[in-house]
Amino acid sequence: MINKRVASVAEALQGIENGMTLMLGGFGLCGIPENSIGELVRLGIKDLTCISNNAGVDDFGLGLLLHKRQIKKMISSYVGENDEFERQMLNGELEVELTPQGTLAEKCRAAQAGIPAFYTPAGYGTEVSENKETREFNGKMYVLEEAFQADFAVVKAWKGDEAGNLVFRGTARNFNPCMCGAAQITVAEVEELVPAGTLDPNTIHIPGIFVQRIFQGKHYEKRIEQRTVRNRED
Amino acid sequence: MLDKNGIAKRIAKELKDGYYVNLGIGIPTLVANYVPEGIDVEFQSENGVLGMGPFPYEGEEDPDYINAGKQTITTLPGASFFDSATSFGMIRGKHVHLTILGAMEVAENGDIANWKIPGKMVKGMGGAMDLVASAENIIVAMMHTNRAGQSKLLKSCSLPLTGVGCVKKIVTDMAVLEVTPEGFKLLERAPGVSVEDIENATEGRLVITGDIPEMNLS
Repeated sequence: MINKRVASVAEALQGIENGMTLMLGGFGLCGIPENSIGELVRLGIKDLTCISNNAGVDDFGLGLLLHKRQIKKMISSYVGENDEFERQMLNGELEVELTPQGTLAEKCRAAQAGIPAFYTPAGYGTEVSENKETREFNGKMYVLEEAFQADFAVVKAWKGDEAGNLVFRGTARNFNPCMCGAAQITVAEVEELVPAGTLDPNTIHIPGIFVQRIFQGKHYEKRIEQRTVRNRED
Repeated sequence: MLDKNGIAKRIAKELKDGYYVNLGIGIPTLVANYVPEGIDVEFQSENGVLGMGPFPYEGEEDPDYINAGKQTITTLPGASFFDSATSFGMIRGKHVHLTILGAMEVAENGDIANWKIPGKMVKGMGGAMDLVASAENIIVAMMHTNRAGQSKLLKSCSLPLTGVGCVKKIVTDMAVLEVTPEGFKLLERAPGVSVEDIENATEGRLVITGDIPEMNLS
């Protein structure tokens, strides 16, 4: 077993420097690497390019990094829940590359799988396809999209073992598996880190080969963005 | 005129047994409340779940179980979770049969705009561009006019496009329309709405053939 365990979030994020490109897992506030984001805020690393489906909310998730002006550029599909983001973007203080969600996921997966580029129909005929190569296959038009190139992928899983194997829970899975192994170094934070041999190999979602560093996070808040319930009488 | 629930109720009549359906945020989400008796459909949410159930009871919310609108959800027997790349594989690969989504504008050729108002509102396209570029069957759920009273069914979209020539059907608070090579073909009127009302509220080419029936919502 190749042991991927590191002692702390500080050790896990060693080597992240100003100006780097990071992939961060999560959909909304679901499945985000809370401990790592907190540490990035503490370290004050700046001029980051962040690849993440969303940009958090004003006071949580990537919103914390935006608030401290640590992000130079965001690559996301939807940023509607964050007023500070919208303000920085409309004022030209923040570079933003809006990318269709499926294209965003596939650009991660392609990087993970060693595929430099792929064709997708998403965004054809819109401003997303401007200055990109397009091509017809079987009578339909497609846009050439390139795999991401990132320095670090920072993901969150439910459980993991010392070998770096990961298991996700519910919709907290989202972009996290796609980002594993899609950057130079992948850091995984997990709610529960167990010794190798504890997790059934049949149930592993992401094999440890895609993960370089793993640690058990602390004090997960797991904030709910839109608490929606039904009445007992329904 | 229909309210939002009325629009959802009418769209629910388009569901067919065995359909996998993606519901967008807003009015489309309400469609899940009106699935006709006797048919089985499964709802896909692009953040990574198939087989979504109703909202949880208070106290049973789970932060790891949400839909694409970030609302807490439950799952039904037969449900599954998956990653975002797999989710859009289902969509791009046309395994999802029907997409229902909202729009700011629809053009008579089926173009749709729903993600950006330059200089004002920039929320992003989310999964909408992938959905409209791939789905075989796309229904738009929206109000016929905007808050200023201007038509949202146009000759051509004025806002940045989400997709080109992709919308097949539109259900508004006033009408059901089909996108045809000749323009918006009026299929049904909402209760209490006349053909003339619809003509006045539609900027794009409107095709009216014969008597236009009132929607059956029962």
